[in-house]
Amino acid sequence: MTEMPKQFDKQQDGAEIELLSFLVGEQDYSVDIMSVREIRGGATATSLPHSPQYICGVINLRGTVLPIMDLAKRLGMAADTEEDRNVIIVVAVGDRTVGLLVDAVSDILAIPEEDIQPPPEIRADGEQSFISSLTIVDGRMIRILDLKAVLPPPGEESS
Amino acid sequence: MSDPMAEIRASFFIECEELLEALQDGLQALSDGATDSETVNIVFRAVHSIKGGAGAFGLDDLVAFAHRFETALDEVRSGNLQTDASVLKLFFQCADMLTDLVHSSRDGSEHDKTREAPILADLEKLVGAEDEQEDVADFQPMALSLDLPPDQNTFSIVFEPDAELFASGNEPLFIFRALQDIGTLEVTCTHPDLPDLDALIADQCKLIWHLTLTTTEPESTVREAFDFVEDLCKLTISQDAVSDTGALPDLPAAPPAPVASIPSPAPSSEPEPCPEPAPAPGPVAAEAAKPENAPTAKPATTATTPVGARATVRVDLERVDRLINLVGEIVINQAMLTQSVEEAGLPPNSSVRTGLEEFLQLTRDIQESVMMIRAQPVKSLFQRMARIVREASADIGKEVHLQTDGENTEVDKTVIERLADPLTHMIRNAVDHGLENTDERVAAGKPAEGVVSLTAMHRSGRVVIEVADDGGGIDRKKVHQIAVEKGLVPADLPLSDGEIDNLLFLPGFSTAREISNLSGRGVGMDVVRSAILALGGRISITSERAKGTTFSISLPLTLAVLDGMVVSVANETLVVPLNSILETLALTEEDIRGFGPSSHVVNIRDTFVPLLDLGAELGYRRPLETYVGSVVLLVSQEDGSRAAVVVDAIEDQRQVVIKGLQDSYGRVPGIAAATILGDGQIALILDPVDLITQSNGHTRAAPSPAFQTG
Repeated sequence: MTEMPKQFDKQQDGAEIELLSFLVGEQDYSVDIMSVREIRGGATATSLPHSPQYICGVINLRGTVLPIMDLAKRLGMAADTEEDRNVIIVVAVGDRTVGLLVDAVSDILAIPEEDIQPPPEIRADGEQSFISSLTIVDGRMIRILDLKAVLPPPGEESS
Repeated sequence: MSDPMAEIRASFFIECEELLEALQDGLQALSDGATDSETVNIVFRAVHSIKGGAGAFGLDDLVAFAHRFETALDEVRSGNLQTDASVLKLFFQCADMLTDLVHSSRDGSEHDKTREAPILADLEKLVGAEDEQEDVADFQPMALSLDLPPDQNTFSIVFEPDAELFASGNEPLFIFRALQDIGTLEVTCTHPDLPDLDALIADQCKLIWHLTLTTTEPESTVREAFDFVEDLCKLTISQDAVSDTGALPDLPAAPPAPVASIPSPAPSSEPEPCPEPAPAPGPVAAEAAKPENAPTAKPATTATTPVGARATVRVDLERVDRLINLVGEIVINQAMLTQSVEEAGLPPNSSVRTGLEEFLQLTRDIQESVMMIRAQPVKSLFQRMARIVREASADIGKEVHLQTDGENTEVDKTVIERLADPLTHMIRNAVDHGLENTDERVAAGKPAEGVVSLTAMHRSGRVVIEVADDGGGIDRKKVHQIAVEKGLVPADLPLSDGEIDNLLFLPGFSTAREISNLSGRGVGMDVVRSAILALGGRISITSERAKGTTFSISLPLTLAVLDGMVVSVANETLVVPLNSILETLALTEEDIRGFGPSSHVVNIRDTFVPLLDLGAELGYRRPLETYVGSVVLLVSQEDGSRAAVVVDAIEDQRQVVIKGLQDSYGRVPGIAAATILGDGQIALILDPVDLITQSNGHTRAAPSPAFQTG
């Protein structure tokens, strides 16, 4: 990171953004680290009636009621290793806080802005709209999640 | 506007609310027959303080109106004006007007000038004439004088107002009068720098007042009188060693005759900053005259100066809520701790257990005390209702007296806020529908003035608020007839009196033959009832023909905790609000009857109630094969409709801290909120009314759409 990057009108100082990367169903995903509030082990969620499948329920996060979303289900992947996945990434989007249930947290990455590319347009995948951009680290493709898209607007989850 | 200013402004408006409350209180006391001057003083002071503050913020409309009101009140204070019923009525109107003005100033909204004009005109009529004469007897000697005057202090005050003092709507006369209230005052006025008339700058005040005050009050009280003007004048207050009213040590050089000479320059040298100059010359002239008379005419000793109300601290509500949340956490944590101690299998008398027991007691106490912080007396709410009654009765030409009781009953602030609308509606209903017309009342041998009474009291951990009228009571025949006409009930269904009364709560029911301004728009008691229900309350009616009708609202003391029954269903733990549960029972084969192809009803003492399987309704499991032996909760809606809700087991009955789901997740059908149990797990709190209305009633193992989720 010695070179001075060109001024980008994008995030932060335009230099680089930090990402928290994690595994969901063998795939690498990441979120902007600024939106991460904490990472915690899994807890038994109280299921919510009439909720979408990807909502595991709610847990007690030091006295606040935190909804937990199964990210694999949300991204349309088959949830097969249910009991292995027990890491919850607590993220804040706007004034909402949600826990994302993932397989494992991998790393914290600092990515120069110019290494971030927009996702190709592929209509076949429904999940594609959840990905805001892509980057490559050590030959692995890291998908950067668009958290606003992942979180459905409040009140509309209930069918 | 810069931030600190906005803050001061905000606190001014908060203060205004308190002052308006005091004003209403005082007026109410006057109309209840209080005649002591202290009550008048309280009223006067409230208006005066609002005016003073408003001046500082340049709220001209408010200052102007408050000034006129104050002038009238001053007439009362000085005994020139008797507070008979019509005067009080006007004063109440003024107070309402003032409230509106304060609110519109606060919100920056436009104020309706047209309403102000008639009130001002009335005020003018009231005081316009007396304004000029302001005679010697303008101060009512206090009947109450102390036999043993405690240590008297003599203060020498030199008061030299700046031009800004007048620009902000302050008035030295009122300050002097305030001083006079706390002791014996001698006033001399000098004008050493007063230029000749042709060199005179009209808005520069060159007068200097020398005051000698003999009082029992400490210096701080004296300074209080100058509170509003401290920065707007040159003020020196010095305390003379020993009181000696005979000597005037402080005024050796002062020309002794200034008073007589003042009247001519005074009006020109004193700019009248208030937008309406009409009453101004009066007080100004009086002020010149008064100092002369004051000391000789009446050495009034007012001993009953308000000894500061209870000391209070203004705290941001958010902080209180945070504290309440934290205490909620402690309660939960403590329950978790208790559970782990249980599990550790320590002997019952171990120190850990006894310590924990004490801890439990303490946390309960803390929780209660913290809840008390949020509690507020319902007084402010009742005062608003008094206004509703005044306006409503004036609108339809009925004479109505509002009688309030238990205004100091304390309820959670949120409850009070959310009670305002339903209560307004009920009060209007009582005035409009409840009370008969004056003619009918007289014909029925009742006093022409109807009485609406508003009562608040604590009853077994809840607050009960009653709205009662002494009107004609509910015309049950008419109610039933209308309900039948509107197709709300079948015509041939026999209904008990109580059931007919409850018809009033049905949506779309309105008995008013013609739509009046006040009520009868079809949004009626059903809206009231749902608002009360949303607060976790209940509402009921009792009515006696020709005697009147009483609506009774029962509310939880706080919205933060709830008494609930902890139940389990399909391995999930749920909390059912206790106030919705009528009874619990175990089903026998006898009780259950098949109803439709996929539903059951339960026979409870020969009435049939639909059976709901909570597990199936919430999509936790499929309906059971058989419900014989199941535990059911008989829950009721406020309209009397009931349902038998099947649960697997009843675990506990306890108070739970309510945690909203709305913010973090959104609305869940059939669920009101969430709570955290002793083991740290979240349990959902059921909303029985929602559950019943949303229910599908599947209690047979037919293909169950309820089981599908998402």
